[in-house]
Amino acid sequence: MSNLGIIFALSGAVLSALVAGLGSAKAVGMCGEAAAGVCSDDPSKFGKVLILQLLPGTQGIYGLLIAFITLAQIGVLGGSADLSWQKGLLYLLGCLPMAIVGYASAIKQGKASIASISMVAKRPDQSSKAIIFPAMVETYAILALLVSILAVSGIGGLNI
Amino acid sequence: MAKPDYIYAVARIRSKELLCFSPATLEQLMACKTYHECVRMLNEKGWGNGSANQTPESLLEAERRKTWDQLRELVEDMSVFDVFLYANDYHNLKAAIKESYAPSHGADIYNPNGTIDPALLRQAAKDHQFSVLPAEMGAVAEEAMSVLRQTGDGQLCDMIIDKAALEAILRAGKASGSPLLEFYAEHTVATADIKIAVRCQKTGKSLGFLQRALVECDTLDITQLAQAAVESFEAITGYLIHTCYGGAAEALCQSASAFERWCDNRLIEKIRPQKYETSTIDPIAAWLLARENEIKTVRILLSGKRNGLSDDAIRERLREMYV
Repeated sequence: MSNLGIIFALSGAVLSALVAGLGSAKAVGMCGEAAAGVCSDDPSKFGKVLILQLLPGTQGIYGLLIAFITLAQIGVLGGSADLSWQKGLLYLLGCLPMAIVGYASAIKQGKASIASISMVAKRPDQSSKAIIFPAMVETYAILALLVSILAVSGIGGLNI
Repeated sequence: MAKPDYIYAVARIRSKELLCFSPATLEQLMACKTYHECVRMLNEKGWGNGSANQTPESLLEAERRKTWDQLRELVEDMSVFDVFLYANDYHNLKAAIKESYAPSHGADIYNPNGTIDPALLRQAAKDHQFSVLPAEMGAVAEEAMSVLRQTGDGQLCDMIIDKAALEAILRAGKASGSPLLEFYAEHTVATADIKIAVRCQKTGKSLGFLQRALVECDTLDITQLAQAAVESFEAITGYLIHTCYGGAAEALCQSASAFERWCDNRLIEKIRPQKYETSTIDPIAAWLLARENEIKTVRILLSGKRNGLSDDAIRERLREMYV
C-alpha cells in the first residue's frame, strides 16, 4: 500500500507516452500508406506528402514530454520517489488528457492527412491549403498538452 | 475478421484519376475532324499500344486490359470485383452451351475477362458435365442445356442464363458489404428488368414469360412491372414514374439510346461522392466503373466519327464523366 502513490504516478507517465504514441504510430503508418500510393505514380510529390505524413506524429512527442515531466516530478529521474497514494492518483489523472486526447486526435488528424494527401495527389498546387486542414486538429492535442503540463507541474506543490 | 483497408490503393487511384477523361477532354476529341485524328489523339493520351494501325476494338480492349491489370496490382483479393465479372461468365456459359449445340469454328465468341476460364465452360458444355462449375451456375447450365436440346429455343435458353447472371450479380452485391457494389448490383438488375419489360411489351410476350424473365430486386415490384408490360408502353412508364426510376420513364419516351445514357449517367452520378472517400474499396470500384464508362463513351465517339454522324448526334449520346 505504501508504494501505491508511485505506482499510480508511474502508470500516468507510462499511459501518456504509450497511448499517445500508439495513436501517432497508427496515424503516421496510415498516412505513410497513402503517401507511398501517391509517390508510386508521381515521385515528385514526395516532399509535399511527407509533411502531411508527419503531422500526426506530434501527439507521440507530446505524450513523451508529459511522461518526462511526470517522471521528473515524482522523483523517478532523481531525488525522492516517496508519494502519497492521493498524489499518485492526481498525477495519473493529470496525465490522462494527453493520453486520451493524444490518441484520439492523432487518429483523426491521420484521417484528415490522408484526405489531404489525396488532395495533393490531384491538386499539387494546393498543397499549402491541404496542410491547414489536418493542422487544425493539432489545436486539441495542444490544449490537452497544456492541461496535462499545468496539472502535472502543479501537483507537487499540493499538501496531500 | 478485420476489414482490409485500401489506403495505399485509394491514394494511387487518386493519382490515376488525373488521367481520367474530363468533359473538356471529350470536347477536344469532339473537335477532331476525322476518326483517324481522334485515334491519334487517344494514342497521344496513352491509349492503346501506340500503333496507328490499331482497330478501335483492339484499342479499347487494350485500355480495358490495362485497367484490370492496374487493379490487380492494387488489390490483393480480387474477388471483391467478381460482381463486375459475372456478366462475362454467364455470357461465356451461353456461348459454350450454344457452341456445343450448334458447333461453330473459329468464331471468337468468348470474353476472357471472367471469374471462370472459358475453356472450362467450353469443356463442361461439350461433355455435359456441369458439376465442375460452381453449384449455382452448374444447375442453371443444366437447365438451359436441357431446354435448348428439348425445344431448340435459343431465346428461352438465353433468358434462363441471363436471369441467373442478374441473380448472381445481385447476390454478390449484397454479400460484398460495400454500399457502392450493392448499389451497382441493384442498379444493374433494375435497369435490366426495365429493358426486359420494354422489349417484351414491344414483342408482345405473355405475362408468364415476363414473370419468368424478370428478376426480383428491392427497388422495383416485378409483379406490377410485368402487369404494366402486358398492358402497354404507357403503363410501364406510368409505373416507373412513381419509383426511383422516374428519369428512366422520361428517357424511355425519348429513345432506347436515351435510356441507355440515363442508366450510365445515373450510375456515374451515384458513384461521384467516392472521390472524397479515403480507405474503403468503394473509390477503387468507382474508378473501375468510371474507366468502363470512359471506354464506352470513347467507343460511341469513335463509331460516330467513323460513320460520319453529326456532332450533335454524337454529343447527345456521350456519357457524363466521373472527374
